[in-house]
Order: sequence, then structure tokens, then C-alpha cells
Amino acid sequence: MTLGIEIENLTVRYPGVTAIDDLTLKLEGGKIYGLLGRNGSGKTTLLSLIAAFRRVTEGAILVDGEAPFENERLTQQICLVRESGDIVVDGDSVKGILRRSRRFRPHWDDEFAHRLLDLFQLPLNRGVAKLSRGQKSALGITVGLASRAPLTMLDEAYLGMDAPSRYAFYDVLLEDYIENPRTIILSTHLIEEVARLFEEVVIIDRGRLVAHDDTESLRMRGAAVVGPAAAVDDFTTGMTVLGEQRLGGTKSVTVYGEIDPDARAVAADWGLELSPVALQDLFVHLTKGDRA
Amino acid sequence: MFDDRSPIYHQIAEAIKNDILSGALGADEQVMSTNQYAAYYRINPATAAKGFQQLVDEGVLYKRRGIGMFVSPDARDMLLSQRRERFFADVVEPMIAEARVIGIPLDDVVARIQTLKGRESA
Repeated sequence: MTLGIEIENLTVRYPGVTAIDDLTLKLEGGKIYGLLGRNGSGKTTLLSLIAAFRRVTEGAILVDGEAPFENERLTQQICLVRESGDIVVDGDSVKGILRRSRRFRPHWDDEFAHRLLDLFQLPLNRGVAKLSRGQKSALGITVGLASRAPLTMLDEAYLGMDAPSRYAFYDVLLEDYIENPRTIILSTHLIEEVARLFEEVVIIDRGRLVAHDDTESLRMRGAAVVGPAAAVDDFTTGMTVLGEQRLGGTKSVTVYGEIDPDARAVAADWGLELSPVALQDLFVHLTKGDRA
Repeated sequence: MFDDRSPIYHQIAEAIKNDILSGALGADEQVMSTNQYAAYYRINPATAAKGFQQLVDEGVLYKRRGIGMFVSPDARDMLLSQRRERFFADVVEPMIAEARVIGIPLDDVVARIQTLKGRESA
């Protein structure tokens, strides 16, 4: 079972700042989505609203066709793990947190939860207050995945985890998604590490939707043009240039924008090589603003 | 395994073609499922499925319902003839262009090829 999400003209205002600005977005569900945005771009606010942690005041959010706020049928099906680790309460033990999750989560898989605890080397009887930052994150991820919620959202959930633990998390996430397909939204700024896990990518900036596309199509919106410097310069004149590198007589220029078949034919004719761009480069381009 | 220079599904298709050309995957041999492939290479299963679908569309793989995907009996021959067709455009012409750029007379290139040919037949 998977849940789709429809967001229409969603706006959230805090005193002095618009956190979400007239955002419209439709996710059909059943996929792994990457939610990318800089710090303060509105990712956490958006996910908190979808998870019914907050009430929608302007615009609408529908999950599986219904508003999630104070909707018990839905909230059982939605699991959000925030980087602040608020799924994990300091006064509790690892065991206690699993017990509460088991009670609240209809799709909870206890065996899987214990396998994850082993994977992340989390001691069952330890008090949460005594866990390190990375261990708290790993516990949040354990609860998030073992809940098997039809809509699972992990918001920068890997905070404080070292690279081997993060890769263990990516592997187990993918493996479990394959066995139990569901809607998964991962928000992250470690784009290169996870870009290949995403079927679709949503980029938001200053509360606005900047891009929503399948990962490969998004990557095809940019291109690295490589070849003899003079030809590369001629070819890229008038295009949006994201960056350039030069090595001897060879130049590589990264551009953003559709390159139509005619232009591709010209490039081939001039001996230029065109290739897609790393998601990270596009992200940096699409979200760079003049703020600190 | 994969880089950012071309779409990932394209690289998946190429990798499987190379396995067929090298003989690592034989005719009518079952290939990994898209899910196994996705988990092994840590990529989204939809991306892996797209690469496999491309190979089915090209006739390199065929599906057996409920069982999986297999290498077409004539896949290797087909790929060999495709690579042979591309050989002159992909390998020989760039070599000649490079020789011109760095000032090696084509006669020298031909002479070298003749030498190698002589060695092969010896």
C-alpha cells in the first residue's frame, strides 16, 4: 500500500518570513522521492505539514485524498522522522521506544526493528539520553523504517551518523523498499550519496517549488560540453553557464537548459561531447541566491 | 561502477551488453532481476528497470513471464555486428583525426597496421 500526496497553493507564514510560498506539488506515490533544498528552504515545514504535525492554514494538503490533520486513519499511515530526533524521547529507553512504536504503528515489523538495531549496534536496554547523536539518528531511522508506514518521510535523518552507517542505512532502505514498496520521501543535502536512490526529485528554494522531475530527466536539463576550447566557447555562447574548466586546449563548460536535437547535431559535427550533469551541480545552480 | 557522464540506465544496458559480448552472459542465460541489480548497485529499481527495458526493446533480452529475463539467442551476433558497424566511426576515424592533428603521416599508420597484420599471420 502506498499513499499519494497532493499539495495545492500551500502557504505558511511565520512572523517576518514566508516559509512556504504558494507551493503546488503532486506526488503519485509508491516511489522514493528526494526532497532537496538548502537550509531554511522550507523542507522541514513542508514535511511537518504533510505529517499533520501542524495545521494547514492557507492552501491544502491531501494525502490519499484526505486532509491529514487530526485524521487518525491517516496519521497511523504516515511516519515522519525529523533530524531533531523527536521520535526519540530522552526519558525513554531504546526498548521503550520500540514498544510504543509497536502499539501505534499498524504495519510495525518487530523482527526488522531488531535487525536494524543490530545493524546500527544499538543496545536495547540503553537509555536514550545516553545515546550519541549518531545513535539517536540511527534509532530514529530504525523506527522510521520498521514502522513500514505507507508514507514514510525521513528528514535529514542521518545527522551525526558516520559514512559506513549512512551507507548501511541507504542499503537497508533500498532493500526494504523493494520488498515493501511504499512512498518514501528523503530530505537531504548529501545529494551525491543518495541521488541514485531517487526515482523523482523535488527541489524547493525559499518555500517555492523550483523543480520536480524524474532524476534522469532532471539531470538531462543540464549538460557538460567538452571539446576544443574555441569550439566549446562558440557553442555555449548565449547559454546559461554553470561553470567551466580548462585543461590545455580542452575545455569543459557546464550549461543549464534544454539542448535541442539540432544543437546536438551541431555539437557532434564540431567534435564536441555532451553529457548529463551531476544532480549536485544542478541543485547548486537552481538554489543559489544572494543570501548568506 | 556508474558515473555522471550518461544516463544511469544507459550505463546499465551497456554493462550488460559488454557481459554478453565477452561471453560472461551466454545465450538463453538468465540475467539478474532488476531488483537484485538495484540492490547490488545501490540504485533505484525504476532506473534499473528502464535499463533492462531498453535491452528488451532492442531484442538483446527477452522476458519469460513470472520467471525473469534472459539473453536472446542471437544477442551476441547482433551486438557484434553493431559494434563492427560502429568500429570505423568510433575507432578508426578518430585515430586518423588524431594522427592528422599531431602530424603523423597516414602512410606511417598504414605501415604500422601492415606490420601488425604480418605478425598476426606469421
